[in-house]
Amino acid sequence: MTSYAPVHETPEGKVFTVTGGDWDQVLGDRDPIHDEKIIVNMGPQHPSTHGVLRLVLELEGETVTDARLVIGYLHTGIEKNLEFRNWTQGVTFVTRADYLAPIFNETGYCLAVEKLLGITEAIPPRATVIRVLMMELNRIASHLVWLATTGMELGAVSIATYAFREREKILDIFELASGLRMNMAYIRPGGLAQDLPDTAVGAIRELLVYLPKRVAEYQAMLSGNPIWRARTIGVAELDVTGCLALGVTGPVLRSAGLAWDLRKTMPYCGYESYEFDVVTRETGDAYARYEIRLDEIGESLKIIEQCLDRLPSGPVMVADKKIAWPAQLATGTDGLGNSLAHVAKIMGQSMEALIHHFKLVTEGFRVPPGQVYVPIESPRGELGVHAVSDGGTRPYRVHFREPSFVNLQSLPALAEGGMIADVIVGGASLDPVMGGCDR
Amino acid sequence: MTTPEQRRDPAVPEPGPPAPGSATGGAPAELPPAELPPASRSGRGMFGVSGSGDTSGFGGLQRRRVVPQPTTRPYGGWFDEACDALAEAYPQFPDAIEAVVVDRGELTLHIRPERIAEVCQVMRDDPALRFELCSSVSGVDYLDAAEGRRLHSVYQLTSMTYRRVIRLEAAVTAEDPHLPSVTSVYPTADWQEREAYDMFGIVFDGHPGLTRILMPDDWEGHPQRKDYPLGGVPVEYKGAEIPPPDRRRSYQ
Repeated sequence: MTSYAPVHETPEGKVFTVTGGDWDQVLGDRDPIHDEKIIVNMGPQHPSTHGVLRLVLELEGETVTDARLVIGYLHTGIEKNLEFRNWTQGVTFVTRADYLAPIFNETGYCLAVEKLLGITEAIPPRATVIRVLMMELNRIASHLVWLATTGMELGAVSIATYAFREREKILDIFELASGLRMNMAYIRPGGLAQDLPDTAVGAIRELLVYLPKRVAEYQAMLSGNPIWRARTIGVAELDVTGCLALGVTGPVLRSAGLAWDLRKTMPYCGYESYEFDVVTRETGDAYARYEIRLDEIGESLKIIEQCLDRLPSGPVMVADKKIAWPAQLATGTDGLGNSLAHVAKIMGQSMEALIHHFKLVTEGFRVPPGQVYVPIESPRGELGVHAVSDGGTRPYRVHFREPSFVNLQSLPALAEGGMIADVIVGGASLDPVMGGCDR
Repeated sequence: MTTPEQRRDPAVPEPGPPAPGSATGGAPAELPPAELPPASRSGRGMFGVSGSGDTSGFGGLQRRRVVPQPTTRPYGGWFDEACDALAEAYPQFPDAIEAVVVDRGELTLHIRPERIAEVCQVMRDDPALRFELCSSVSGVDYLDAAEGRRLHSVYQLTSMTYRRVIRLEAAVTAEDPHLPSVTSVYPTADWQEREAYDMFGIVFDGHPGLTRILMPDDWEGHPQRKDYPLGGVPVEYKGAEIPPPDRRRSYQ
């Protein structure tokens, strides 16, 4: 018989290298319930750790006595890289941080740059409404991925396929608007990369009819499901005090009963003019977080509808030509690019326009020195952008206060003292995205 | 006014090690990246280079950069009220505060580093302040800071009661990068202080376990310091070699 689990002795006791399918051998003659303390590495490559998160769990039987988190496996140095690109190019980097909520990264970053530039008031209304529209679409897409992956982790595989199916429709809308499904770099300092086409408006209208029915189906499928309820009710509880001490925001904080939503409490992008509710629950458990996320999809749909109703006409980029990106995009035979008329003009007729274009594209605009902190409500909580300018064409420092990063700290508080199976539920209910966490 | 030559020789005790695995790793240690972001608030020339035989005339161009200066009262809005409340609740306020800056509608209190934990405690507990949530802790490296106090630890505190956001900033030197940890006041600062330590080498005394968090445990240097190179390899495109991002021309 093959030996699956190599054993070696250490001063602390026997250490087994577990490779799977060898649990009987590891436990051997031990009584796993009563006498042995086991330290298990869960991850970093584990199907239910939401990306590359490593958990070091100390177990007594099936009870977790100690949980330690190891992160950094997806650290790509986005913040450092930003310091070597101009302010506009930064969008391309930040959109890749939290890859399930790219629009939020972009908007937070652009709001910070605009605040540094002092042009917050000059952003055209159409651009702001489209930003809100895209953010809320993105919030739904992110919550749907949360539902899908959490369902899968708890063994509800069909919900995973359903939620991803609906998310696909939203990604299609993103593609209609920006040409890309993810990491769109659609929001730019000063406005948007391009206007929202009418086809996208039509597709969103269809989504507004389609999605509520599907959300009702999810509710019918899960809310009363005995297994779903048994796995989530009373599991991974965290009260408001715990949330605030650990800095937890977003749906997790609202599941404990505090109606703290930056869209309401510290509005930005004109959120104060939209009608929607902040969803809360009192129980602070994983089930409450599930209910909140489903209800937030409904609230987001409300906001999207209001956005479409009020969508003003006009430009989507700030009027200041020293900041506005000089491109005039058009669809050509080989895809989206600068319109041929624009190229013909700057290359053939106006040397001033060519110089202007060249200077802005290669060099970028200068941002007056200073620092700002702009918090926005991402699907996971407070996404804060701390941007520092030294007056140059590049960011001096940009820091992302990532809700995934901060919220993950609370996992030991959720998991310790519980069962190992509930670690998965607790981790999933925080909705961490490691791309954002590690940046 | 710092000349480009001066800022190429920053008084730094531990020059950033070459980025492992990069082609620039073999470069001599005394050669900093061609593109350190301007250390000085004033830019000279077009690209921050000198002695390149630039005949364009742009080499003589000088650009003043005025950083937000300390503000005097009244600060405006609720800023005066918050400062008064802090001064009242914290008797050592005049000693602890270094400067108050109001810029772009945001209030920044520059705090003496050894006082930062005490100030946070008052900020959290005083009924007139009530900054319950420490939103963010981040580091910034101001390479040319006065007295060598280049490493700044920046705290964003949120008062949910009054719906206010305030910024505390504490500056330390790279030679003695110590300041008290605020984890006993705000447990959420735990990971964020570890990140600031990892990326900038700021040492938070009293932190329960100040270890690296994003970089591997055996990493050398602190990657987000300004004298740490970005790293990268040159790319060949249509016969020409494009240098890595931190060695490309930098506009000022």
